This record gives sequence, structure tokens and C-alpha cells, in this order.
Amino acid sequence: MNYELVLVRFGEIVIKGRNRNRFETMLLTQIRMALKPFEKLEFVRSYARVYIRLNGESYDRVAERLKDIFGIMSFSPVIGSELELEKIRENSLQLIRNLSVPPKTFKVSVNRGWKQYPHNSIEMNHLVGSHILRNTPDLKVDVRRPDVELKVDIQKDSAYIYCEVVKGAGGFPLGMNGKAMLLLSGGIDSPVAGWMAMRKGLRIEAVHFHSYPFTSEQAKDKVVALARRLAYYGGKIKLHLVPFTEVQTKLAQSGHDSLIITLMRRSMLRIAERLAGQNDALAVVTGDSLGQVASQTLGSMNVIGRAGSLPLLRPLVMMDKQDIIDCSERIGTYDTSILPYEDCCTLFVPKSPAINPNLNIVERAEAIMGAELERLIDEAVQGTEVVVLKDGGADVEASDRERQEDAWF
Amino acid sequence: MNTYYYDHCASSPMPQTVIDTMSELMKLHYANPSSLHKSGVDAMRLVDRARASVAERMGAKPQEVLFTSGGTESNNLAIKGLLGKTTRSAKHAIVSSVEHASVYECAKQLEAEGAIELTVLPVDSAGKVDPKDVAAAIRKETAIVSVMHVNNETGAIQPIEEIARIVRKHPHVRFHVDGVQAIGKVPLNWSGSGVDLYTGSAHKFGGPKGIGFLLAKEGIELAPLLSGGNQENGMRSGTLNVPAIVAMSQALRLSMEKMDARRETMYALRRRLLELVADIPELLVNGVSAVDAAMETAPHVVNLSYPGMRPEVIIHMLEREGIYVSTQSACSSKSLKPSRVLMAMGHNADRSSGSIRISFGDEHGMRDIEVLGAKLRSVAAGLKPLERTGK
Repeated sequence: MNYELVLVRFGEIVIKGRNRNRFETMLLTQIRMALKPFEKLEFVRSYARVYIRLNGESYDRVAERLKDIFGIMSFSPVIGSELELEKIRENSLQLIRNLSVPPKTFKVSVNRGWKQYPHNSIEMNHLVGSHILRNTPDLKVDVRRPDVELKVDIQKDSAYIYCEVVKGAGGFPLGMNGKAMLLLSGGIDSPVAGWMAMRKGLRIEAVHFHSYPFTSEQAKDKVVALARRLAYYGGKIKLHLVPFTEVQTKLAQSGHDSLIITLMRRSMLRIAERLAGQNDALAVVTGDSLGQVASQTLGSMNVIGRAGSLPLLRPLVMMDKQDIIDCSERIGTYDTSILPYEDCCTLFVPKSPAINPNLNIVERAEAIMGAELERLIDEAVQGTEVVVLKDGGADVEASDRERQEDAWF
Repeated sequence: MNTYYYDHCASSPMPQTVIDTMSELMKLHYANPSSLHKSGVDAMRLVDRARASVAERMGAKPQEVLFTSGGTESNNLAIKGLLGKTTRSAKHAIVSSVEHASVYECAKQLEAEGAIELTVLPVDSAGKVDPKDVAAAIRKETAIVSVMHVNNETGAIQPIEEIARIVRKHPHVRFHVDGVQAIGKVPLNWSGSGVDLYTGSAHKFGGPKGIGFLLAKEGIELAPLLSGGNQENGMRSGTLNVPAIVAMSQALRLSMEKMDARRETMYALRRRLLELVADIPELLVNGVSAVDAAMETAPHVVNLSYPGMRPEVIIHMLEREGIYVSTQSACSSKSLKPSRVLMAMGHNADRSSGSIRISFGDEHGMRDIEVLGAKLRSVAAGLKPLERTGK
């Protein structure tokens, strides 16, 4: 089918009262940014929706991108038709015939936006519907619960016809709900948590803890790749790479083998909150899922969470692992997440980590390390490297290297 | 004396940039790409980039590109690897009678070992397989059909799209295409072709020898020919040859960028050569002789016979004039047996033994072809009185 327009419907923001206008502008800007590679598109804003005129750009490719923009509830490919009745009937029939899943029942809803049109909308419903019925043997009318609703919008210059409704990513426009720090390991869960947070309108800055030489360069590359994938959804992502080796080795020598994960997570949370303060973020997002590992039992969450004071957002907390995996496949992070490089958490893992750590013992252990631990945390915050990642783009250092190597390719 | 190298089907010269790339990489990136340290990681990154580049030029996905030591290995890996992963006890393979030895002999070897039953497809007088014969030969035990894209002796283009459509109707059959002579000369639409496996060899398109690739559709598993360190997803063990892999990817890019222009030039050269040869009664054209035959034959090959004349006599006569051509294919040119390919096309032993193959490269222009035509004429005239002794 040769589509002329895409009708994009906004989601939950429609109900947001006086702020609606601001949020809609925000979303429209994000749609424009995401669709920038398609130079010929034109955007026409209307109440709670936007029309995108394709001007020859491929609908399929535009749709592929639209599906991943947060704040869009649904969209529909629309064909344009000349106004003569016969043309409208013919184009409507073609549209129904070209659906990938042939419907069993349908109804027609005509809206006569241009009141000078010779037939009113009730007549038109009948005129278009009867033509389709006559020419499609197995199709029946059902005005209550039709498989497809064919919509015809008659305007002065043209009639617009559509019936397909493609579900969008939903959620809120990115940034509408402020900013949070995401603890990004290299595993399956944390990128999914980041995606969910972004979907709910949070802008994300990612924090990764690395323990070179205990972890490899590849582990870092993997996190960069994951953050870059998140940047596809978020426009660009700031990634904070925290050198965690000193803190981790200090904690490993504390003599509390079974508590080391708890102690590490608490230090990570403290560092993340310091970075949040520097970057005006108001929450910390983690990939915790209740009961998945020792550090994600309710007992552990309690003791770890007390190390910080910002809201701890755990989008995956009540999800099953398989659902998280499915989601990571859908958002395109799974294949990177399962690469074999260890992140800093999987090292120093004791044989039997505490699943119900004792807050008193943990606090005492930290008090003994006292100023020394505080100093190491300071150093980690100060030594944090920041890279800004764009979707598809390489970070600066890597692209310099690649430019030098271009002569070989 | 000027020399003219008309043996590009056997091997092609490397552009200077590719030679530079290869030597720089030998100097700078000697590390083993499987090593964990930075130097190894850097080398692997270059391999990944080369893989992506080869994939892009071939219209494939990076994960569909498997690096091998060249055409022979790719062909053996495709056939033996696929049959090795076939669990059925009865196995059947189909190859054409004009395949390169690395497909034909590979299949013959498996047949002789009793590992498979083999159907060898006939060709017509132009050297082409009839897709109907493929359809008729497929059985329920058939695991693989292997038909080359461009024949290495005659340049005939096989109807691989049609054969792929037939094979696609049988989900248990995989289709392998030896594309060694086609790359850079005849376009391929890999992703829409229905081909499962496709062989490429670097030194036929300006890359180094000892490196090649096998394209394998996602999900295809191949039993490795070599046991070892499980490189290339366990399908091809052996330390990755970083300089050669990168040089190949660069050569492929350079070759592909010029494909359209090359095709135009070479078809014109081919047309002119056929016109010149038409005036030399001793020489017969083998394969597609029609002057305009872009769909039938590759642009860079012309195969001629001087029936009854031992081909090495012609080769050496031309060599004295500074012209390098091959008998049959370079691989089999030392044997005095008649060409299997020409015999399959229905030619007699006399004509099939006396064939010479002329194959052009990017350095050739119309003037070179005129020279070639004149030399062919004088050599043929010189040999005429010797016809009896030459036999």
C-alpha cells in the first residue's frame, strides 16, 4: 500500500491538564529528533495527535522507529484519496483487502470534516460499507465489536482512510518526569530497568562500576554497547564509569566474607547518590528483582537500601526472570547482555552470601573501616570517567581510533 | 617486451593499497585476536570490522560471514560440514558436472567412501544446468545441492535464482553456491536469493591468497573440518589471519565499488575479442559465444579451443609473445586429460583437450584486446603447418 500519512496518537499525557501543551511539545520534539534521518517528513500537530506527512518516505521504516518512541499510544498508516465517491469506495476496499490478517467483521465510520461534501456521514457509512461488503465475500458487518474499523475522514482537499492501529511504546515523553541514575551492570536486568524507567518519562544517566584489572576491557565495552542501545531510546546517554577496584579490595579485606556483596552494594549506592547530587538526579534505578539473588532478598534490600536516602526505583522488582529476558530481547539488549565478560559483582562472590544480612554487623564493619572507606569512596567519585553515548555513534576515543584505521578498510 | 596477464580467473594482482594494508597490519597487529590482552582485543576488533565490511558488500549479516583459507576450504566446509550435521543415515547430494574440483572431487570422495549417494547433473552445450533437472533429482534424503554461480572455465552463469526457488520448496535441502568466479563480476542478491551457503575467495578479486569466506544463512550448523580452538563459532578452528582478513575486506570493497563500470568495460572487451576470434578459423569458442550475453555469461572469461592442438603448445607460443593465458583451469592445467567441463558440454576429446582460457582484469583496455587478437592470429597461423606434429 502506498501510505500518505501516519496518524500518531499521544498516550497518558493527554490527561495531564494544564501541562498538556508543554508535554505534547516535548513529545513532538522527540518524534522529530528520532525521525530526523527521514528528511522529507512534514509534521502537523493537532489535539492529542500529530499527522506525519510521508512525502515518499517508507512507511515501514518510519513505523519501525515510531514504535520505540515513548509517549506514543498508537499510530495508523493512512492513505489519501481523491474526493469522488467512487475513489473513496475503491481505496477503502483496497485498504481492507491489503490487511495482513484478513478480518471477519468490520464497520465503517466516516467523519465529514468538510461539511460541503454532498453526502453526509451516515449516508457515507452506508455507501462505503456496502461497496466493501459486495466485493469481499467472507466479510460481515459488526457495528459493536468489529475486527477492524475503517475510518474515513473527509477534508476539503482530500479524504483520509485508515483502519490499522499499531500499538506504540506507551508511557510518557522522555524527561517529563525528571532524571534518575541507573545502576548499569552488564547483565540482563539493569538495561531492562533503564528502558522501563525511560518509558515512564525519566531521563537516565547510567552508572557502571568496574574493577580493572579484575574485570576486562571487554566488560566495559559491553556496558558501553548496552548504554548505546539505551541511547537509541533516549537520544543520548551519559555513562559514568566508576573505578571500584580500591573500594572492592578494601571491602574484601574486611573479614566479613558472607557480607561482602551487601557491603559492596551499599558503597555503590553511596557513590551513585553522590553522582546523582552532582547531576541533579532525584532517584536511583536498579535492576533488582525480588529474590533473584542473595543481594535481592527482602532482607538484603532493606540493609542495602538504608545506605542511601534517594528514592530507590526497582522497575523489575515483581517480575519473573523469563519476562525480564523476553523484554530484553524485545528492546535489543539481550544479545549484548549475555556476552561472557564478568562485571565487578560476579568477582569476589563468597561461597555463601548472606541472604538475610544483619544491619548492625554491617554498620559496625563499615564503622571500623570508617574514614578509610570514606576516602576510597571519594576517590572513586573523583576518578569517575564520563562518556556521552549517542545511538549508533561511537564514543570519541573509539571513533578516533577507527578513523585512523579507516585507510585499511 | 610488454607482458599481458590474461589469467585473472586463476589469480588476480593485488592493488597497492591492499598490499600496504596487509603489510601494515602484519607489522602492527601481530597479536592473536583470541588473546585477552589489549593487543589481542584490538586485533579482534579489526576482524569484527572486516567481517561487517564483507557482510555489507555481500548484502549479508556479519554473523553470516565465516572466514576460511579460501575457495577450496569453503567449498569443502559447505559440503562436508553440512553433511556432517545431517543426522539421517541415508544422505544424498546433487552437484553439477561442471563444478570446480573442490566441489566435484569433494562430492566424489564422499561418494567413494560410501558416505553419500551422489547425483551429477548434466549441462547443455552452453555449459548450463537445467533447473528442471534439479527438481527431478531432489529426493527425501537429499541434504545439499551445490551449483556454482559462474563457471571457472567458460564463464557460464548458472541459473541459481531459479534453482534456489526449486530448492526452497524442499525445506530439508540446503543450497550451496560456489561464487568464487562471480564476486565483483556478476551481482548477487544474497538476502533474497534463497541460497544457503556461498563461497568466496580473496585472491580472485584482488585480495591475498590463503583467505576466503563462506556465507552461511543464520541457523545453519556445519561440522568443522578441523579440530582445534573453536574459532568462528566452532565451525573453523585456527588462528584468525588478521592481515589477510582485513586485506580481503578492503579488496572486496574496492572490487565491488567498481563492479558496474567493470562489467560494462569487460563485456565490451569480450565482444571485441569474440569478433576478432571469429576471423581465426582454427579457434572455436566454447560456452556462450553470443556476442551480447550479459545474462548468460560472466564478462571476464573467454574459452577457446584449437581442436587437436595440445594446449600447452599454444600457451608456450603465446608466452613467447608475452601473453599469459591458462589451459582449462589453472588447477588442472598440468594434467593432460580433456577438460571435464567441456566434455560435459558435449564436446569431443579433441576439442576438450585443446582449450585455452583467457580472463581479463581491470588493467585491460581495448588496445590490449587488439594486441591479443593479433597474437592469437599469428600463433594460430604459425601452428597451422604443425597441426599433425602438435597432436
